[in-house]
Amino acid sequence: MSVLIYTENWDGKFKKVSYELASYATKLAAEMGVTVSAISLGPVEESELAKLGNYGITSVMSAPCSNYTSLDNQAIATAVAAAAKKVGATVVILAQSNLGKAIAPRLSVKLNAGFVSGVQGLPVSLQPFTVKKMVFTGKAFAKTTIHTAIKVITLAPNSFGIVESPVQSTIEKFDGGLSDADFTTKIESTNKVTGKVLLTDADIVVSAGRGMKAAENWGPIEELAGLLGAGLACSRPVSDEGWRSHGEHVGQTGKIIAPNLYFAFGISGAIQHLGGVSSSKCIVAINKDKDAPIFEAADYGIVGDVFKVLPQLIEAVKENKS
Amino acid sequence: MKILVLIGNVPDTTTKVKFNADKTAFDPSGVQWIINPWDELALTRALELKETSGSAIESIFVANVGRVETEGTLRKALAVGADEAIRIDADPKDAFYVASQLAQVANGFDLIFAGIEASDYNGAAVGGMLAELLGIQSVSAVSGVQIENGLLKISREIDGGSQLLGMSLPLLAIVQKGIAKEPRIPAMRGIMMARSKKLTVIAPLEVEVLTSIVTFESPAPKAACKMVAEDQAKELIRLLHEEAKVL
Ligand SMILES: Cc1cc2nc3c(=O)[nH]c(=O)nc-3n(C[C@H](O)[C@H](O)[C@H](O)COP(=O)(O)OP(=O)(O)OC[C@H]3O[C@@H](n4cnc5c(N)ncnc54)[C@H](O)[C@@H]3O)c2cc1C
Repeated sequence: MSVLIYTENWDGKFKKVSYELASYATKLAAEMGVTVSAISLGPVEESELAKLGNYGITSVMSAPCSNYTSLDNQAIATAVAAAAKKVGATVVILAQSNLGKAIAPRLSVKLNAGFVSGVQGLPVSLQPFTVKKMVFTGKAFAKTTIHTAIKVITLAPNSFGIVESPVQSTIEKFDGGLSDADFTTKIESTNKVTGKVLLTDADIVVSAGRGMKAAENWGPIEELAGLLGAGLACSRPVSDEGWRSHGEHVGQTGKIIAPNLYFAFGISGAIQHLGGVSSSKCIVAINKDKDAPIFEAADYGIVGDVFKVLPQLIEAVKENKS
Repeated sequence: MKILVLIGNVPDTTTKVKFNADKTAFDPSGVQWIINPWDELALTRALELKETSGSAIESIFVANVGRVETEGTLRKALAVGADEAIRIDADPKDAFYVASQLAQVANGFDLIFAGIEASDYNGAAVGGMLAELLGIQSVSAVSGVQIENGLLKISREIDGGSQLLGMSLPLLAIVQKGIAKEPRIPAMRGIMMARSKKLTVIAPLEVEVLTSIVTFESPAPKAACKMVAEDQAKELIRLLHEEAKVL
C-alpha cells in the first residue's frame, strides 16, 4: 500500500505545485501508515528528481522519455496507472492544474477508483475516506466520501502549502510500457509565457478589471507585478475585450487561484469573479466606488482612483524593498 | 462527421446557494437553471463549425443526464441550433455515474465536446472519464477548434502558455473559455423549431456510485474590510507587511 503523486515538470524542472503535492502526500502517507512515492514523466535530471526527497518522498519513479512532453492525455493516464499498480497505490494525487484535470478523470476510470477534484487540505477522515472540496465555485464546500479501495484526488492549489521534511530518496527508471504510436497528440507550436511568474504558481497576484479603461493603461499594473514578483490576472470583460490574454482571466469561467495576496484594481467583485479568487489568503481592493461588492470580500481596501493609487503603491513597494 | 455536445443543467451563476436543514442536499427552490456556461460555449463553437463546414458536419447532438425538469435546458440547446437531443432519465449521482450513462449514447460520434467543469459541483471529471470509457483521445483546456481537411487544429492552454495541436478523430475536446465568444440567444423561430426536433429519452444503466457528498458547509464569514485612505498607500504596504504578513 502506498500514496503516489504524479509530479508535473516544465522544461525539465518541477513546477512548484509538485513540491506541494510531495508535502501533502508525505503527511497523508504518515497518517495512513504507508509509504509514499512519486512518478515523473518526461526528461527530468537526476539532481532535480532528488529534490522531491526534501519534501519527504522516499521513492521516485522516472520515465524520461521525451514523448511525454506532448502531454498526451491517453498516454500519460496509461503510464500513471501503470506506476500506481506497480507501487500498489491506494491514493493517487495530482494537481488541480490544467494537466492534472486532464489526466485524473481518465486515470480514475483505469484504476476503478472514485475521484474527487479540487480537494482542500488533508482528508477530514480516513475511514471512511472523506475529503473537503469547493463547490458552487466558492459559494460552499462539500465533504465527499470516496467508497472505492483506490482513490484519485486532485489537490486545490495552495491549499496545503510546501513543507520540508528531508529524506533519502531512491530514484529508479520506470517504463510506462508505451510505444511511439501511443502518443497521438501532435504539437504544432507552443506559445510560452516566458520570464513571467506563472499565475497558478504565484504567491502574489496583481489583477485588474474594467476600471483600467483601456489596454494601454496596464503599464503600472505590470510594473507593480514586476516589483512584487507577482503573477498577472484580470477580470473576464478585460480578456473578452482583448485587453489582456485569456490566460490571465480569473473567476468562475477562468482560472481559480489561491495566492497569499490578491490585488484587485478597478474590479467590481461580481460573484462570478469572486468564485475564482475567494480562496486567496488576503484580498486587497482598490475601487472608486465605496459600495462595490469587492469590498465585502476584501481584507484591505482603498476607496479611490486606481490611476492615483497605483503610482503611490509602486513608490511604497520600492521603499519597502530598500 | 457527427458532433455530440454534453449539456449540464446548472443553477444560474448568480444563484444564492442554499441547502436543506441538515446540510446534506442542495435546495433547488427558486433556482433558475441554465446550460453550464462552458457547455454553452462548446455548443456555440459546434454550431459555427457546422455552418462553415459546407456539408462535412452532418449533425450536432446534445445529451444530458437528468430528470424531465432538465428538458428546458435541452430545448434551449435545440432552439439555438442543435439538431437532436438525448436525455438519460436519471439523477446525476456523481461524475462516474454521469460519464457511464453518457457512454451508452456517445459511441459513433467523431467529435465530442464537454465543458471543463460544471459550475455547480466543479467536478472537472465527466469529459475525461467519458473519453476513457470510450477509449478515445482527449484534449483538455481547449480554447479553440478548427477543422481543416478532416483534421482538427486544437488550441489548448497549458500551465504556462498555450499550444496549437494537430489531432485526428475521434476526439473528446474538454473546452474552456475562449472556444467561442458569446453564447447564442434563442430566437423565436428557433424556439418554435425546437419543439418539433427529436428529443430521445433513454433509461439509465445500473452503475455503482463511487463517491457521495456527506455534508455541505458554507464558507466562514469574512471579517470586515480594513479601509485605508486614498493617499495612504504607504500605510497599506505597512499593514500587508507587518499585520497580514503577506509581503
Ligand atoms: C456565466 C458567467 C460567468 C462569468 N465568469 C466570470 C469570470 O470568470 N470572471 C470574471 O471576472 N467575471 C465573470 N463574469 C462577469 C461578471 O459578472 C462581471 O461582469 C465581471 O467580473 C465584471 O468585471 P470588472 O469588475 O472588471 O468590471 P465592472 O463590473 O465594470 O467593474 C469595474 C469596476 O471598476 C471601478 N472603477 C472604474 N474606474 C475606476 C477608477 N478610475 N479607479 C478605481 N476604480 C474604478 C468601478 O467602480 C467598478 O467597480 C461572468 C458572468 C457570467 C454571466
